Amino acid sequence: MMERLFLSALVALVGLLGVMIAGFGREAGYVLHGWIIVGFSLVALKRLLDTWSDTDENTPLEYNDAVIRFGVLATFVWGLIGFVVGAVVAWQLAIPSLNGDMSWSNFGRLRPVHTTGVVFGFGGNALIATSFYVVQRTSRARLVGRTMPWLIVLYYNLFVTLAATGYLLGITQGREYAEPEWYADLILLLIWVAYLVTFLLTLARRAEPHIYVANWYYLAFIVVIAMLHIVNNLAVPVSIAVPKSYSLFAGVQDAMTQWWYGHNAVGFLLTAGFLGMLYYFLPKAAGRPIYSYRMSIIGFWGITFLYLWAGSHHLHYTALPEWVQVLGMTMSVVLLVPSWASVFNGILTLNGAWDKVRTDPAVRFMMVAILFYGLSTFEGSFMSIKPVNALSHYTDWTVGHVHAGALGWVAFITFGSMYKLVPWIWKREGIYSLRLEALHFWLALSGTLIYVGAMWNSGITQSLMWQTYDDQGNFIYSFLDSVEAMKPYYWARAIGGLLYLIGACIGAYNIAMTIRGPRLTTGQAVATPAE
Amino acid sequence: MPKLHQKLERNSIGFTLMILFAASIGGIVEITPLFTIENTIEKVEGMRPYTPLEQAGRDIYVREGCYACHSQMIRTLRSDVDRYGHFSLAAESMYDHPFQWGSKRTGPDLARIGGKYSDAWHVAHLIAPREFVKGSVMPGYPFLAETLLDTGYITARLRALSRTGVPYSEEQIANAERDARAQADPEAEYEGELIDAYGENVQVRDFDGNPRAVTEMDALVAYLQVLGTMVDVDALSAEELIR
Repeated sequence: MMERLFLSALVALVGLLGVMIAGFGREAGYVLHGWIIVGFSLVALKRLLDTWSDTDENTPLEYNDAVIRFGVLATFVWGLIGFVVGAVVAWQLAIPSLNGDMSWSNFGRLRPVHTTGVVFGFGGNALIATSFYVVQRTSRARLVGRTMPWLIVLYYNLFVTLAATGYLLGITQGREYAEPEWYADLILLLIWVAYLVTFLLTLARRAEPHIYVANWYYLAFIVVIAMLHIVNNLAVPVSIAVPKSYSLFAGVQDAMTQWWYGHNAVGFLLTAGFLGMLYYFLPKAAGRPIYSYRMSIIGFWGITFLYLWAGSHHLHYTALPEWVQVLGMTMSVVLLVPSWASVFNGILTLNGAWDKVRTDPAVRFMMVAILFYGLSTFEGSFMSIKPVNALSHYTDWTVGHVHAGALGWVAFITFGSMYKLVPWIWKREGIYSLRLEALHFWLALSGTLIYVGAMWNSGITQSLMWQTYDDQGNFIYSFLDSVEAMKPYYWARAIGGLLYLIGACIGAYNIAMTIRGPRLTTGQAVATPAE
Repeated sequence: MPKLHQKLERNSIGFTLMILFAASIGGIVEITPLFTIENTIEKVEGMRPYTPLEQAGRDIYVREGCYACHSQMIRTLRSDVDRYGHFSLAAESMYDHPFQWGSKRTGPDLARIGGKYSDAWHVAHLIAPREFVKGSVMPGYPFLAETLLDTGYITARLRALSRTGVPYSEEQIANAERDARAQADPEAEYEGELIDAYGENVQVRDFDGNPRAVTEMDALVAYLQVLGTMVDVDALSAEELIR
């Protein structure tokens, strides 16, 4: 009863928001967004009515995997969109005429489509889907709510849709990784609360006394993203007639709030969430327990406490007060300790199962993911040191660093986990083709290495060219010289990205063929034992 | 410690609250003082809110995602100062909602671009940057010169900004639409009123070189031409720069 009331209110609220935007809106793209919101709400309403008369008695006594299947498909759809747009913007830098010099096709508008597509579309959907899977298995309890999990996934994808289409239409807050405007932010806030409640209520149902470590990370991801999202998106809308809003803070305070958010979107979405994935799928795939409980505790609380201090290293030598810069730098260096605790914990978990790295491409994906996690956390701490940052900041080195983490860590652990998860939840015998899976692995790895290598070179070249003086104290290179020197690296990066994209397409094909393949015949053991 | 933790991990609400507690400290320590410590923002002469036309230009800058490739923050490093001018002060972005300091320099820093080039240079460059500057990788923005500036909601925009704390007067908000159009139209003989409202350094010109219309190009160039020009940074004394 409570659930139905809550969901009715949720659908009514979001639907009303859509109607108001469609009705009062004065800009075509914004009105379109109103109708998109109404459309999603109608689907949600139908789902709600279809399940309205369901009672506890007719709820099946099994895990709720249907919603996870939807989330997995959304992960791949957004992943492909995000990778394709990423490849497009990479080629735009190599061949600038590809911008087309139209509003919607220019780099500035496409770039957030790429970042939102991969971070929130691919990463976010993967986390929601796997968190629903992991919390059920490790609690030995069915996901709470008949319709709630569906609406969470549905409205979450509404948020990503509004965000990604908005940039093309010029609807943006202009704050990196928090570009969606106020109405999209409101929708995310509503369903994020629903997500937290669903997760906690499912945990409360658990048949295990202890909450498993993967759930700590998923919980930290949900709680901290909620906190960051609320504070960083405080804004004053101009009017219901236009999508525009102004952030509540200005200048230096706005910068610090934004990078507190930005760095911890990395810390809790792209790190904590995916560590949750690692802590479940790695031991499962390797058939070995997590190496050290103590190291898990140190890693978890170290990350949860320290990450939030590190944001100011994005603002070294700026108008941000010096004490905040030094504090941020110090904490960023200390952050290496809990980060590498997780790395060692992951690698040592593989002890006794190293043969699987050779024979099972999914485990290989996971192992390389841990290595890239170790590499990029070391690199991150290194780059936060002020003199190093003087060299790296504003250059492609930062872009390379982010992609070492995003391509090498986030996407590798996701692909590894998905290759395991898909046969489990679709009840298939195994993946369609291990050879294609291995091919995906090698394409992804070579793509990442080429990408990251190119960006290291271009970043350092750029920075040195900006800082080189002759004997008289004049600059040797103009800014334009440094732009022209980037050309070969931009080509290399675009090629690396293309390899990665081809790999992902093969992965998606492999997953699709697995889903289309024959069901596991009954009587065979399904590889989904409890924790 | 493992004993204690085993207790904690049996309690989901306790665990959630513990996460919230541990995660909130960093932000509280680093962000709140920026609002309370007085010398976080230097007390300097010259800062004023953007005129409606400049603000409209700024909104276009944000809309097109210029921050993806251009920073607006000259760091205290020698190579930054030598290339772009006096390092940026916190005060210089005190009315920037949102801040546009940026995180990447695919193109050069723009914090002090104002007055460095002529309006005509900016217009020609924005329309076809790669023809104008060989080797540039910047997208072209020819559509800005063809799009009329929508001033319909400019009053509401200034009102919203004043709600966030930008000190626009009631009069400035009420006149926003006329102020925006007149700043791009030297024929309107309205310069005196604009200077009375916004101060001596308001630039009244037909920025896009098209006297028939006020376009988005007018607004964007007006914004670019005011960047970094409000504070006379070379006249600042060392005491004024203490943060």
